[in-house]
Amino acid sequence: MALAKDYDSVMGRSNDIMKEALGFDYKQFESGSVAFDYEALMRATGYTLEEINRIQSRTGVGNTPLLELRNLSALSRKYAKPGYGARIFAKDEMANASGSFKARRAACAVAHAKKLGYKGVMASTSGNYGAAVASQAAMQGLQCIIVQECFDSHGVGQPEIIEKARACEAYGAEVLQLTVGPELFYTFLSVLEDTGYFNASLYSPFGIAGIETLGYEIAMQCRELLGKDPEMVVCTNAGGGMMTGTARGLLKAGATGTKMVAASIDLTGLHMASDKQFNLKACTTGHTGFGVPYATDPDHSDVPRSAARPLRYMDRYVTVTQGEVMYMTEALANLEGLERGPAGNTALAAAFSLAQELPEDAVIVISETEYTGAGKHVQPQLAFARKNGIDIHFGDPAAEDKPGVNIILPKDPGYIKCKNADLEHFRASLIKKSVKAHCPDKSKLTDADLQFLAEETKSDIAFVQKVLETL
Amino acid sequence: MAKKGDWVRIHSIVLHADERTGKIPEDTKKCDLEMWTKGFLQEDAEIGAQVTVQTACGRLEKGELVEVNPYWKHSYGEFVPELVQIDKQLREIMNFGGDK
Repeated sequence: MALAKDYDSVMGRSNDIMKEALGFDYKQFESGSVAFDYEALMRATGYTLEEINRIQSRTGVGNTPLLELRNLSALSRKYAKPGYGARIFAKDEMANASGSFKARRAACAVAHAKKLGYKGVMASTSGNYGAAVASQAAMQGLQCIIVQECFDSHGVGQPEIIEKARACEAYGAEVLQLTVGPELFYTFLSVLEDTGYFNASLYSPFGIAGIETLGYEIAMQCRELLGKDPEMVVCTNAGGGMMTGTARGLLKAGATGTKMVAASIDLTGLHMASDKQFNLKACTTGHTGFGVPYATDPDHSDVPRSAARPLRYMDRYVTVTQGEVMYMTEALANLEGLERGPAGNTALAAAFSLAQELPEDAVIVISETEYTGAGKHVQPQLAFARKNGIDIHFGDPAAEDKPGVNIILPKDPGYIKCKNADLEHFRASLIKKSVKAHCPDKSKLTDADLQFLAEETKSDIAFVQKVLETL
Repeated sequence: MAKKGDWVRIHSIVLHADERTGKIPEDTKKCDLEMWTKGFLQEDAEIGAQVTVQTACGRLEKGELVEVNPYWKHSYGEFVPELVQIDKQLREIMNFGGDK
């Protein structure tokens, strides 16, 4: 008998569909309370860092150049006190097959799907990950379906997302494009069930283990080139995978002294599931609309437990504005001869500002660049914003920025100033959400739960207990 | 008239507005959840007809025929005058080309 395919029936079978589509059951990692065995989940890939490196090397992924951005470093020093202004380096992840660091995640997931005998792979993504999975599926001989949230109710699509759909099709994938809303997950699950394809989720352990090579390479390249580890690595933060994987890779390389900074574009006030506000943003990723909810509640993704848990690794979280990222993207092209981004340059805008806090001999690495194309470029993204009534002008982003209303281009580079986000607040938020979801009666929390929550938030048991007192 | 075998784009309603889940903003609740995909048309049909297509990965998918020979219309966008001002400012600050 054919299975019922209505919303409630499909969502009701979510756990079984996931188990089939991932090749393992997440239940084995659960304690039955708040804690689960995160490291066991990461080990479930069964691949060592060396093996992942081998998988990636076969498919045009990894070992990307580490470029020193000398002109941008010199420009940043003009706004720093004497002796300050760190050297800024960029890991040129555009050099990966398909043009972004997402190829690292996809290579690993697709290779695993192939090993397990799946005929195809599926991913739900409006970002570079779609092209990455499609490209890897093409290389490894599997079918591919990408599901995108792309349009508002008038059928108007974000140019950046449309370009990503084009890229997926170019690599031979089928693309399902939907209007705004989280029920996209229903379509994803339903097609996953019908096809029996592998869920190449961004948030599976394969998707995160694939990024560890990036952090490892950063450490090795810095040691070779500079004779030391970087003082700071800045990661553009959306779903949290970049921060998690890069930090894990750095730790595996023994780079324990490197400060990990997350950077997101501040889109405070815009609701990500709002049909009307969908096209009022000029960047569709790298922003707080993903960055904050995924950091504070990682398990609301498309797998039962996300392997991307950025608060475990984050030392600091900063925000920049859309206008600052657009300005820096233009600066990267004009002063360094590198046309990249824009969204992937969120970390660069932050690094330009953070460099001014560090001495001249310090090293800041931004962990990625991404390809640029039609629709996915400063000009079409700003032109689209202007068409949607967004006021674009030169000014002081710190004083004037209002997401969904304006885009303030800094009137000179001295006005590029990242802001500190309240990391303590995010840590507290994660603790509260975890307890509410898994153990609402806090008197039943175990010592293992407290230890887990301390690890989840890179804090200590005293901090966890202080937060629990407020519940 | 689109012919069997043509590459086409189809549209469907995944959920009608009244079937949408509760955890979304009011404006989104008023909209249908819509979907588009592409494939080879399985029978001759007029624009607006309910059709079946075979997608790039070989799946059969039903929907309303909305476009024949669909192509990408996104571009590098209309001119944004602020961008050349940024370029000019940066090159002046960095004194590209040396002193005049």
